[in-house]
Amino acid sequence: MHRQPALDTSPKVSDEVRQTTCYMCACRCGINVHMKDGPDGKKQVAYIEGNRDHPVNQGVLCAKGSAGIMQVTAPSRLRAPLKRVGARGEGKFEEISWDEALELATKWLKPIRETDQSKLAFFTGRDQSQSFTSYWAQAFGTPNYAAHGGFCSVNMAAAGIYTMGGAFWEFGQPDWDHTKLFMLFGVAEDHDSNPIKIGLGKLKARGAKVIGVNPIRTGYNAIADEWVGITPGTDGLFILALVHELLRAGKIDVNYLARYTNAGVLVNCNEEDPDFGLFLRDDQGCALVIDRATGKPAPAEAAIPDLAATHRHAGVTYKPVLHLIAERYMDAAYAPEAVAERIGISAERIKRIAGEIARVAFEEEITIDQEWTDFRGKKHDKMIGRPVSFHSMRGISAHSNGFQTCRALHMLQILLGSVEVPGGFRFKPPYPKPSYAHPKPHCKVTPGQPLDGPHLGFTHGPEDLCLKEDGSPARIDKAFTWENPMSAHGMMHMVISNAHAGDPYEIDTLFMYMANMSWNSSMNTSEVMRMLTDKKDDGEYKIPHIIYSDAYSSEMVAYADLILPDATYLERHDCISLLDRPICEADGAADAIRWPVVEPDRDVRGFQSVLCELGARLDLPGFVNEDGSQKYADYADYIVNHERRPGVGPLSGFRSEEDTGRGPVNPAQMDKYIENGGFWLKHIPDEARYYKPWNMAYQDWAVETGLYDKTLPYLFQLYVEPMAKYQRAARGHGLIQPPDHLRERIKATLDPLPIWYPPFLDGHADPEEYPVQALTQRPMAMYHSWGSQNAWLRQIHGANPLYVPTKLWQKHGFAEGDWARLTSPSGEITVPVVHMAALNENTVWTWNAIGKRKGAWALDTDAPEVTKGFLLNHLIDELLPERGDGMRWSNSDPITGQAAWFDLRVKIEKVRAPAEAQPAHPAQGSPVPDAPADRSQKVGA
Amino acid sequence: MTDLPTSTARKLGLVIDLDTCVGCHACVVACKGWNTENYGAPLADKDAYGAEPVGSFLNRIHSYEVQPANAPAQLIHFPKSCLHCEGAPCVTVCPTGASYKRVEDGIVLVNESDCIGCGLCAWACPYGAREMDPVENVMKKCTLCVDRIYNENLPEIDREPACVRTCPAGARHFGDFADPESNVSQLVAERGGIELMPEQETKPVNRYLPPRPKDEWAKDAEIDVLAPLLAPVAEEPKGLLGWLDKALERL
Amino acid sequence: MHPAGSIIVFTALSGLGFGMLFWLGLGHFTPTYWTGFVFFAVAYALSVGGLLASTFHLGHPERALKAFTQWRSSWLSREGWLACITLGVMGLYAAALVFAGAWLAPLGWLGAVGSLVTVYATSMIYAQLKTVPRWNHWTTNVLFLGLSLGGGALLTGAVWPAIVLLLSTAAVQVYAWRAGDQRLAESGTDMATATGLGGIGAVTAFEPPHTGGNYLTHEMVFVVGRKHARKLQNIALILGFALPVLLLMLPSSHLLALLAIGLHLAGLFVLRWLFFAQAEHVVGLYYGKR
Ligand SMILES: Nc1nc2c(c(=O)[nH]1)N[C@H]1C(S)=C(S)[C@@H](COP(=O)(O)OP(=O)(O)OC[C@H]3O[C@@H](n4cnc5c(=O)[nH]c(N)nc54)[C@H](O)[C@@H]3O)O[C@H]1N2
Ligand SMILES: Nc1nc2c(c(=O)[nH]1)N[C@H]1C(S)=C(S)[C@@H](COP(=O)(O)OP(=O)(O)OC[C@H]3O[C@@H](n4cnc5c(=O)[nH]c(N)nc54)[C@H](O)[C@@H]3O)O[C@H]1N2
Ligand code: SF4
Ligand code: SF4
Ligand code: SF4
Ligand code: SF4
Ligand code: SF4
Ligand SMILES: [Mo]
Repeated sequence: MHRQPALDTSPKVSDEVRQTTCYMCACRCGINVHMKDGPDGKKQVAYIEGNRDHPVNQGVLCAKGSAGIMQVTAPSRLRAPLKRVGARGEGKFEEISWDEALELATKWLKPIRETDQSKLAFFTGRDQSQSFTSYWAQAFGTPNYAAHGGFCSVNMAAAGIYTMGGAFWEFGQPDWDHTKLFMLFGVAEDHDSNPIKIGLGKLKARGAKVIGVNPIRTGYNAIADEWVGITPGTDGLFILALVHELLRAGKIDVNYLARYTNAGVLVNCNEEDPDFGLFLRDDQGCALVIDRATGKPAPAEAAIPDLAATHRHAGVTYKPVLHLIAERYMDAAYAPEAVAERIGISAERIKRIAGEIARVAFEEEITIDQEWTDFRGKKHDKMIGRPVSFHSMRGISAHSNGFQTCRALHMLQILLGSVEVPGGFRFKPPYPKPSYAHPKPHCKVTPGQPLDGPHLGFTHGPEDLCLKEDGSPARIDKAFTWENPMSAHGMMHMVISNAHAGDPYEIDTLFMYMANMSWNSSMNTSEVMRMLTDKKDDGEYKIPHIIYSDAYSSEMVAYADLILPDATYLERHDCISLLDRPICEADGAADAIRWPVVEPDRDVRGFQSVLCELGARLDLPGFVNEDGSQKYADYADYIVNHERRPGVGPLSGFRSEEDTGRGPVNPAQMDKYIENGGFWLKHIPDEARYYKPWNMAYQDWAVETGLYDKTLPYLFQLYVEPMAKYQRAARGHGLIQPPDHLRERIKATLDPLPIWYPPFLDGHADPEEYPVQALTQRPMAMYHSWGSQNAWLRQIHGANPLYVPTKLWQKHGFAEGDWARLTSPSGEITVPVVHMAALNENTVWTWNAIGKRKGAWALDTDAPEVTKGFLLNHLIDELLPERGDGMRWSNSDPITGQAAWFDLRVKIEKVRAPAEAQPAHPAQGSPVPDAPADRSQKVGA
Repeated sequence: MTDLPTSTARKLGLVIDLDTCVGCHACVVACKGWNTENYGAPLADKDAYGAEPVGSFLNRIHSYEVQPANAPAQLIHFPKSCLHCEGAPCVTVCPTGASYKRVEDGIVLVNESDCIGCGLCAWACPYGAREMDPVENVMKKCTLCVDRIYNENLPEIDREPACVRTCPAGARHFGDFADPESNVSQLVAERGGIELMPEQETKPVNRYLPPRPKDEWAKDAEIDVLAPLLAPVAEEPKGLLGWLDKALERL
Repeated sequence: MHPAGSIIVFTALSGLGFGMLFWLGLGHFTPTYWTGFVFFAVAYALSVGGLLASTFHLGHPERALKAFTQWRSSWLSREGWLACITLGVMGLYAAALVFAGAWLAPLGWLGAVGSLVTVYATSMIYAQLKTVPRWNHWTTNVLFLGLSLGGGALLTGAVWPAIVLLLSTAAVQVYAWRAGDQRLAESGTDMATATGLGGIGAVTAFEPPHTGGNYLTHEMVFVVGRKHARKLQNIALILGFALPVLLLMLPSSHLLALLAIGLHLAGLFVLRWLFFAQAEHVVGLYYGKR
């Protein structure tokens, strides 16, 4: 006998759905925020789900996104502006009014602006509003501005843009619908979080093959059909061995190379010549090839080149780029047999993978019946696809050889002819965009005046570096100097140590936004904490003023003198703009907004709105009207009314009737976005979907949309000539010269064709003494440091053990529950260990940024994040250990300055379990009240 | 009510694709969010910011390592929620009738107002699919989102479980196993969907699609098949340049 | 399984209580008036006290009455009914003895059977669980019954039955421990069937779903060390069986009897602690715990 109770299967879901953009990571998915009336009658957030219409996530949502509700209600949220009352680092504050806070900030900043703006370092961390914050910094006139790119993934971005006018990351994506073989290098999660998962799901549904190249087999690599558990830091060698095999077998797309790349461009091959390594150019400066039709030199853009010809001119031999490629990579040094041991993959397997790539690229070619016209005016009746695609992220970029490794991977893609073709890799607007179409860096300071141009950009030779008249670095982070000439994103990770050392100069105020610099985003965390509290002889702090904007009680808050508490993402306006890091898809241009779906219940303000007011108080051009009054009431006002170029503003949508992307300011724009689900999307026409850099339909569409001001077809740069210009200077040619101690390094590393060299730490730390490589990975359910305050997410990752491979586990006699001491040349930590079999046999790893400092994040002081959680950062130094030369080289890529997090080498020993993970830092004071014990709440009840 | 229906009109449940699940926990949190705000008492968290946080969750992602004989170890992410068993032992042990299996679709539910919180049903479930709420002290389990799948206040396309709707990789599928034509039945047939712990005789409705074979290189000698593809056109750069010219000729 | 105090008290005391009622109902010993009162009071204190203790385990004891509704399928519900009926029947029987000195034999026999069946129902709450292979076995029923009857005999002064029952129960217990260690392995449920991944290779648990504990791991995954268990088993055998039997063999004395009872009770608690603590729930496999 069966009975069952009556059940209402159609309960009311919510009172209203408000659509905005997630902020729990940089993926920026569209969300439906279900609102209900709370007990106080005010609308409250009841449930968050993905927006099905949104181009980024198409309805799905990750763990962090769904947990956003717990972020907004986290007890760690700051409540009002704070002024430090205790010593730095203690975490003692008093709450002050916004007026007082802005008064204080103005008092510190005004004299700097009037005398020497380089005394301000304004760095904005995990900023999603860089086009705005950089505009502010430019108006202020400081050369010292950047966001987090330098410690994040600049290698990836810069290598991609220099090589092919776009990169992986959020610049492009595999053609998920057509690709048949997908190779993933060094990715645990990436910025493209949900799109990658959606894409992998598509591949799996079609049964397409996935190869994961990663020392660690979790997450995406766990579902890969084949796992390549490579030795960290050796991917470049692996890729070049694949290139070696493919070249020998002639498995390269010659047609593609001839038409769309600089494979045919002639390079000066006379080592004695000052211009050795530079291109042969005509009077207009166009790089030349030998025209196949005429046998004569002709501009590369105009002709189909002869790829084999050599050319003599004025006593110099010129060879086409592809010729140099063949000479270099067909060498036995790149044979699978020669590299197998170093990379930890057998020669047979390397060959097998090369064979498989060749098979899919050239025997499973796909064609789409779609006409298109290239920039030379040639009509093509089909689009031909080589369905092999690649994606990669920090696993290859966060090494000191990362730039060249990323370049190697792009070269491989291009040799296969699988970029911007069906089944290959596709750009997302506003990419493709060649490096020379980006700004160059600017650094000229004029007291009381704005900077002479944008801070960040792409250098194309020594004349573009940010050096003062005396040759010393113009920027506090030493970006765009001989140490890292192509540091396109700046080097935020060097700011504190440089400012502390007064090298290249001292600063007065460090102004930061959204970066937990005293903890997980710095190398050598304990030392950074010391630098922030270190005093000069006169008793003043070495960094006299620190202003910081955070939304939560993070570790960094304790080190600031003035805190500007931010509103959270559901409470403020934001724009995800095509002017900085947009959210486009390969098939369309898109941008989006955030808007206050709930009102803040405390005295906090959106940081960008605060900058609007601070800008006005400081009289910054662009932030005041002619009468001196504040120009933008708040960020929303700026978003709608600011124009960068006529007809081009922060948001492209709903600017005109035709809605092309360009157009006059529309006062109703914000409402239009809200009506449209918080985003705007413009599809790319069918004939423009592939071959974008060379496809005139795309080029015209991009101009119409406001992405370019004029059409911009270009050739992929297999050979990156600007690098040869730095080498040229290093050989002693030219007016702007590197310091002598850097010459050899520049000659060796700034090779215009991809090379591989061992990670720098290998040469500084004894590999015998430190035989193990140590890595971190992003957990999919945590965003850096801020997931820990989230009552749901912290249950998933409340502590992070060190995962140890079988060989080391047995060698050291580890058992469940054991602890280990991990020592690097610069520090030691003592942490719990766990066994893992699916792991490179010489690699240990842990989840990133789970460990917390006592007192932070409104967690209890005995929380597992504090007692068992730990950071690997204590073992990583921003400088390499001293070697014979007495110099301390920086622990970063010599080309871009990218922080080399993953070069870390350690030794491991079994030790007795301490009471808590070491080093244990004393508790910091909490500017927020203690958290409640339990959470159990339903909005609609 | 503790009697199981002799048969159910439909057999609703989930197919979980172990070949596709990346272990992202998205389904875990979407489930927590939906079910906190909807069916029954909110899913609570005890000691939420303290040393031993314990919350109730209706869906959790395990992960296992599997060591094949002659290939590298594999790691498999393994989502687990209630399997809505046909022979649900959790239902028959319940002394109050709070636990029941719906006759129309086979969904196993707890009527919280009848639950005394004895925990016996959780003991009876071999899969760990039931958790006592730490604050409300009633038994919690996956409802198969019974308040979504028929909900007329939701657009038709959203009438599926929260975990399925949110899964970024598309590793979760919802449907009627009684219908051989349904997506779930077809997936099970095509990919050899399996039951967990069949020997427990719970007759679970949910099925798991096993991971596809991996690291085949370790087992076969496909290199031979691929070798011709790598037959050199040239051993030396010079030779390659000659070949290039011919290849371009063919354009 | 987590050895929860309230459940140990419940099974141990109510078992003893119904064991006493069994012997009292059987009529080999029919105490009347004050003596009767004392014996029945003890029996009721044990059985009712045990039942009440079980409600401490409930999340919502105020709804406990609902537990009577599902007697058709639920052993817990049946146990509730049987306990109440038995207590009712034996209440009448006791009243007759205590207040009238009258022995209503048929009512007593009915109550004795009721007591037996109640204890059997209690044992079935555990023995029915396929998820706990160690319990899912006839020894669970026999041990519950043996301990109940043996303890009841001890408490009602049925010396020889007590000795025989305690010794034979001890023997079954030793067998149950021995064989129980294999039962999870023999159940056919293992990591391979739990995950369905056995076809690929040997399965081990990597990361748990959450870094902290949860209801399942707190409730169902309790690991006692082998050595520790052995020691406790010996203690339980000595306290619960050996010493009481020895004392019973000595010339009878109230003091010795009380001592025997006390020792037995202590042993019984240890036994029950082990009964739970040693029981492996198959869900532990999902957490890589036995
Ligand atoms: N060992 C190791 N260290 C690493 C890495 C690694 O792989 N290994 N990765 C590096 C990389 S790539 C990065 S990007 C960095 C990231 O490191 P961080 O940039 O420090 O990242 P978060 O932890 O996200 O810290 C950002 C701060 O922003 C605050 N915040 C959050 N939301 C808001 C808001 O709405 N407004 C404001 N004003 N503040 C907010 C948070 O509270 C937090 O204090 O870590 C780096 N550190
Ligand atoms: N959930 C979540 N998502 C995030 C973030 C987050 O904190 N949480 N952070 C965001 C940020 S700021 C960033 S920069 C991106 C970073 O996204 P990812 O690039 O995915 O960053 P990591 O997690 O650091 O992963 C690096 C991967 O590279 C592997 N690896 C390390 N060294 C090598 C090597 O030498 N060779 C190869 N082949 N692999 C190697 C590691 O094992 C790891 O799997 O993620 C973004 N998305
Ligand atoms: S990937 Fe997740 S956290 Fe990032 S924006 Fe999307 S939903 Fe939010
Ligand atoms: S999985 Fe467990 S809770 Fe769900 S029906 Fe089966 S036995 Fe019951
Ligand atoms: S905990 Fe609730 S649902 Fe489970 S068996 Fe007890 S009364 Fe039934
Ligand atoms: S079906 Fe609903 S209740 Fe069940 S696991 Fe999925 S989201 Fe949770
Ligand atoms: S959301 Fe999908 S991919 Fe992520 S853990 Fe759940 S089932 Fe796996
Ligand atoms: Mo990053």
